[in-house]
Order: sequence, then structure tokens, then C-alpha cells
Amino acid sequence: MELFEKLMYYLSYPLVQYALVVGVFIALCSSLLGVTLVLKRLSFIGDGLSHVAFGAMAFAVVLNFSNQMLLVLPVTVLVAILLLCTGKNSKIKGDSAIAMLSVGALALGYLVLNVFPEMVTSGNVAGDVCSTLFGSASLLTLSSKDVWLCIGLSVFVIGVFVFFYHKLFAITFDEDFAAATGIRVQVYNILLATVIAVVIVLAMKLVGSLLISALIIFPTMSAMRVFKSFKSVIICSACTSVVCALTGMLVSILFSTPVGATVVAADMVLFGVFALIGALKG
Amino acid sequence: MAQLTCDNVILGYEKTAVTGLINFSLNKGDYLYIIGDNGSGKSTLMKGILGLRKPMEGTILFGDGLKQNEIGYMPQQTIVQKDFPASVEEIVISGCLSRSGLRPFFTNKDKMLADEMLSKMEILDLKKRSYRELSGGQQQIVLLARALCATQKMLLLDEPVAGLDPETTEELYELVKKLNREEGVTIIMVSHDMHAVSKYASHVLNLVKEPVFFGTAEEYFASHAKGQEDK
Repeated sequence: MELFEKLMYYLSYPLVQYALVVGVFIALCSSLLGVTLVLKRLSFIGDGLSHVAFGAMAFAVVLNFSNQMLLVLPVTVLVAILLLCTGKNSKIKGDSAIAMLSVGALALGYLVLNVFPEMVTSGNVAGDVCSTLFGSASLLTLSSKDVWLCIGLSVFVIGVFVFFYHKLFAITFDEDFAAATGIRVQVYNILLATVIAVVIVLAMKLVGSLLISALIIFPTMSAMRVFKSFKSVIICSACTSVVCALTGMLVSILFSTPVGATVVAADMVLFGVFALIGALKG
Repeated sequence: MAQLTCDNVILGYEKTAVTGLINFSLNKGDYLYIIGDNGSGKSTLMKGILGLRKPMEGTILFGDGLKQNEIGYMPQQTIVQKDFPASVEEIVISGCLSRSGLRPFFTNKDKMLADEMLSKMEILDLKKRSYRELSGGQQQIVLLARALCATQKMLLLDEPVAGLDPETTEELYELVKKLNREEGVTIIMVSHDMHAVSKYASHVLNLVKEPVFFGTAEEYFASHAKGQEDK
């Protein structure tokens, strides 16, 4: 009962309400895209892009951007398009390209933050890096402007997904067939890359750039243990993700654990449960 | 007028030619086998026909009411598809997408067409099943039904029997033959299976040697036999 009262007390704060709303939207978006990414064997693109976003953010801090999104979002979108659309023909193959960009951006980002520590307004480089990597408290420092931006972008992502659902299915299942029947695969790949980048930049706020892959991969993998059609996997993955994000955030508020890590832990537990159900079902 | 004409076509990657000079034309109801070893340019030619790759030289022409995006393509299975969570229904109806433009949903007509193709392929009972739980042969037939949803004028099949047991292979060949004979669907088959060539082909395109051979199946086997004698 005491716990419940404590929860109610926290929930009465607008900051906490903002955090929950944003968390739910981010979880929903990342799980929707996760299905496509996992099935296209691109699970790690989330990881790679989030490190790129981290690098971009470090530069935005050092260059003293008032709104970091203005740099982070375009850079991430650009890299996403490069990775997704040149994948097949480029000289450097997909997975190594992602790995190189990922560690490269991470290293450069950390480097510039340490070379120009005077630009880090909080005066605490290690603390700032840690919160960008693991999410931590940033969710509770959202302004209402952030919240509306986040909701707007989420609605855009969900809209794209719903509107192009069948096309996304077709290019995920069989790109060659889709291209042969006249679907403009490249256009949809660019659209997909843009949406992925948007989701990753958003998700950085929730779980930080190291744990983003978890938001993308776990709900899908859980859903795939049990469900067998594309539609049911997507619906299940969206529900799983939202439930885990809510649970994780509430637990983290109550027991003051780090937000990102707690959400991911919740995802892992649910994956275990689904794997068990899947195994029992045979 | 021919449905498909390759006029002095050469295909390749970047600046390296992969195929020889290709000349052939196909009419409605023909059954063409494209044969050749690995690396002789079969897949490259296929991509050329489908418009996924521009020829280095020459032109690929379409006629007799056929447009380039009206070729039903049945690609080889990819690793991605092996454990893809999708129902048979979802996959087959995705063949209708080319006609839906920007419309975000399928119409009843699309759904009826998908059902019709499922029953034509005799797999209506698999409609709700999950693709990844089907046998290799059933999966191929599902992909064939999907190709038929896209078009019923011309089918292009890329090694459709690779990895199938003899019985299923036969079953698939018979289905394709039925489409060819009864519905007048033009077939282009890429295959290694010489036994099937002698049994089903009306025309043969052999990419192995220069010059590239194109002719009716009888001509091909006559020249082939002659080649054997010469040796």
C-alpha cells in the first residue's frame, strides 16, 4: 500500500507524466520498426546508428548548439540512408560498415568532449557521457516542448508504418520480388532509414545510446517465439514493448534504479517468458 | 508481335560483360529454359529482363500487351525467408501490391484473386498456416501463387526446384506446365535440370558457349547430339 501511495505521489508530477508518455511512444515506435529490422537481419543497425547519434550529440555540445536535435537528427538520418541503401553494392559490406561507423562515431564523440571540456555546460564530462550512453535521468528533465516534439515524431513514425504497412511487408520479405513488380524499393528503403534514425534519436532519451538495440530487438524476438503471422508479431511486439517500458519506468521511479537498464531488464524477463511459452507450445 | 525481345543484348557488372551477345524473342505461351553453368550470367539476364539491371548494350523490348512490371517473378529463397513469421495468406496477397499504387490496404478484389490463386495451386487449405512451418516444396508453391497474383501473362522462375525432393519437383513442374498449356502463361525457367528441359521446354537459351544458342527445344537437342558426335 505504501508503495502504491508513493507511486501516486510521483505520478502527480507533470515531469513524471511527461516521462511516461514519451517512454510509451518511444517503446511503441521502436518495436514497430524492430520487426522489420530484425527480419531484414539489420538488428545491429540500431546499435550503430545510436553511436553515430552519440557522436553527433558530442559535436553539438562542443559546437554549442542551442538545440542539439538540429544536428543530431540530420546526421543520423544521413548515415542511416547511407547504410541501408548502399548496403548491397558497396565495397565495404553491411555489417563491417555498421561496426566501423559505430565505434568510430563513439570514439570521436568521446574524444571531442574530452578535448573541449569547457564546452560541456554541466562541467561534468564523465557524467554527461554516462547519461547519453545509458539514458539515466534525462527522461525526467524533459521540457513540454521536448514532449510535444517527441509525440509529433512518434505519430509521424506510426503514421508511416500504418500507411505503408503492406509495402514494408513486401520489401522486408522479398526485396527482389517487390522490385520486379514495380514497387520502388529504394524509395521505401530511404523512408525506412529516415524513420529508423528518428526513432533512434528519440530512443536515446529513454534508454541511452548503448541500450537502444534492446528496445528494437527484444520485443520482436519475444513476439516471434509465440506468434506466426506478420500482423500478429507486430501487434504483440508493440504491446510487449509498451508494457515493458511502462513497467521498467515505474520500477525505476519507485526503486530509483536507472531507467534505461530497468526497461531493458523488463524486456529480457518478458523474452524469457515468451521463449518458455513458445517452447511449451512446440 | 513478340511479348519479349532481347535485341543484341549484353549484360554485365560495371564495365565487365558477364553474358555473350543475346538475341531471342518469346511469344505468348512459349516455355523457355535458360541454361548455363554458374557464372554464365543467368541471374544477370534475369535481372535485366525484370528491369532490375540495365543492359550494357542492346535493348530489351516488351510487346503484345506485356509491360516490364507484369512479369511474375519467383526468386530463389533467401535465408531471411526461412524463419520469417508470415501467414501464407499475407505472402500471397503481397503479389497484388503492384496494382495498389499508394492505396494502403487491399481491396476485396485482391483478396478474391489471392484465394483464387491459392485454390488453383491446390493449397487453399494452407491459407492460415505459417510460412516457416511449411515444407520446402509447399513454400515454393506459395511463392508461385504470389507471382500469379502479380501477373498471369509471364512467369520467370529462378531454379524453383533447387533443394526439393524428386516427387515435389515433379509436382511443381506439373503445376507450371498446367499454367503454360491451359492458361497460356509464358514461362521462363532458369534451371540446371536437363531432364526437365527435354520434357517441358518449347525453347532453349544456352548461355554457356559463344555464340549464345537460342532455338526451339528440338533444334537444341539436335545441335547438342551433333556436338556429341563431333567429339
